[in-house]
Amino acid sequence: MAEPIAPGLIDLSGDGPRLIGGRRKRDGKIVFPLPTGPEAANFDRITLQDRGTLWSYTVQRFRPKSPPYTGDDDERTFKPYALGYVELPDEVIVETRIEIDDFAQLKIGQPMALTLQRFRDDDTFTYAFKPV
Amino acid sequence: MTDVHIIGAGIHPFGRTDGMSGLDQGVFAVREALTDAGLDWAAMQFAFGGSAAAGNADAVLPRMGLTGVQFINVANGCATGGSALLAGYWAIKSGEFDVGIVVGFDKHPRGAFSPQPAASGLPQWYGDTGLMLTTQFFGNKIMRYMGLHGITPITLARVAEKAFENGAKTPHSWRKQPVDAETILNGQMVSDPLTKFMFCSPAEGGAALILVSDKKMRELGVRGPKIRGAAVRTRMEGSFEVFAPSLDIKRGASPTEIASKAAYEMAGVAPSDIDVAQLQDTESGAEIMHMAENGFCADGEQEQMLADGETRITGRLPVNTDGGCLACGEPIGASGLRQVYENVQQLRGRSVGRQVEKAKLGYTQVYGAPGLSGVTILEA
Repeated sequence: MAEPIAPGLIDLSGDGPRLIGGRRKRDGKIVFPLPTGPEAANFDRITLQDRGTLWSYTVQRFRPKSPPYTGDDDERTFKPYALGYVELPDEVIVETRIEIDDFAQLKIGQPMALTLQRFRDDDTFTYAFKPV
Repeated sequence: MTDVHIIGAGIHPFGRTDGMSGLDQGVFAVREALTDAGLDWAAMQFAFGGSAAAGNADAVLPRMGLTGVQFINVANGCATGGSALLAGYWAIKSGEFDVGIVVGFDKHPRGAFSPQPAASGLPQWYGDTGLMLTTQFFGNKIMRYMGLHGITPITLARVAEKAFENGAKTPHSWRKQPVDAETILNGQMVSDPLTKFMFCSPAEGGAALILVSDKKMRELGVRGPKIRGAAVRTRMEGSFEVFAPSLDIKRGASPTEIASKAAYEMAGVAPSDIDVAQLQDTESGAEIMHMAENGFCADGEQEQMLADGETRITGRLPVNTDGGCLACGEPIGASGLRQVYENVQQLRGRSVGRQVEKAKLGYTQVYGAPGLSGVTILEA
C-alpha cells in the first residue's frame, strides 16, 4: 500500500489530503511542516487549507545530487519538474513541488490545489500543488 | 575614538589554481597585503581569519611566523570575510590595538554545494523530494521579484554580460572572456529564469587587508581608505531565505536592508553619495535585488538602469567593477574581502583598465546563507 514519504506530513483522515502544520503556542505563528522532537511541544498540530495561490516558482532543470535526492531517475531519465511556493490565505506560504506539463503556463497569483504525487516508483508519495 | 584605515590589501587571483591549497592562497594574500602596507608579520597585533572548506585560517601562523599574535578564527557562512573585517574594525576602534590583519581564503570542490537536511535542522523528506537546492531558492526569489516589479530576463542577462566584461579587465578575476547578453539569455537553463551564465560557481582564492588606527597611520607615514561604516546583520521574521519549507505571509525586512541602513547611519552618508559599489551577485537576480535592498534604486528601476548602462564602469553607479562573484567565483571565506580589496584599489586609483574616475566613497555588501549580510563603506 502507498505510504507518505514521512509520517506527520500529510493528513489522510478526511475527504481529501491535507498538509499538517503547526501553530506556535506563544504567538499563533503558523509553520510547515509541524516540528518534531522537543520543539513539537511549542506547537499545536493543525491541518492546512488545500487551496491557495502561487507565490513564486522555478523549474529544476537538472537532476539534484544524491544524497539527499532519492528520486529513482538517473541523469538520462530525469525529467525537469516545477516547484515553488503556494500562499494559503491567512495561514502560511508553503514550498512544494508543482504538477504541470507546460511550465510556461505558470503564473504568480494563479489558484492552486493540493494533490498527492508519486515521485519515485516504490509506492511512496509526497505532496504537490497543481493549478486549479 | 580613533578611525580605522586600510593601508594594505592583498589578493590571490580567484578561480582554479591547481597545485595550490586554499591555505597557500591565503598566505599569498597575506604576504601581498603586508608588502603593500610596508609592514612585517611581526608588526601584527591581531589577526582575524576565516575559511569554510580549506581548513583553519590560523594555519597561516607557522608559515608567517609564530609571534604569539592573537589570532581568532571566524566562521560566518558566506559573510565570513565581512565578519573578520568587522572584528578587526572593532578591535582597533575600541582602542585596544593599533594594527592588525584580516584574512580569508577557500578552495571548494567543483560543482554545486551538496547540502544535507539534518545539518540545517530540516526533515529528510525535504532533501529526498528534490526541494533542497540553493539554485531553486535563487530562482524562486528573483521570479517573484520579476513578477512584482516588472524586471524581464534581458535585465538578468545584462547583469552577467557586465560582470564578464569587467572580469576581462581584472587581474584577480576568474572569467576573462566577455559573453554577450544573447548568449547568456539562451544559455542552458539551470533554475528558471536563471541560465548557467547567470550563476557564480564555487571557486578558490584568498584576500587579506591590513587595518590601522589614525595614530599608527601617522607614525608610518602612509595613507589608506578610512572605514566609515561597517555592519553585519542576520535575518528577521518574514525574511525569505534559502531552505525554507514555509514562509510567513507577513513579509519582513531582509538582512541586507538592515545591515545597509546601519552602515549608512554609521557613515553619515546616503546611497546617492556612493561612487562605486560591490554587491553580492551569487546570481544575476541577486545583484538586481541587492541594488534596491542597499538603497541604490526603487524596486523595478533596475530594468531601465541596466538598459542604460548605469551600473557599468562608465555609468552613474558602477556595480561589481571586478566582475563580482559571477566573474570571480565564490570562495566563501575570501569573497567578502575580495569586494573590499576591489574598493581599496578603486579608492586608491589603482584599478588600471577598470578605474572609476574620482571614486571617493566605496560600498560593499556580502550576503549568504542562512540569511546574513555584511556591509562596509570606505572613504578614499
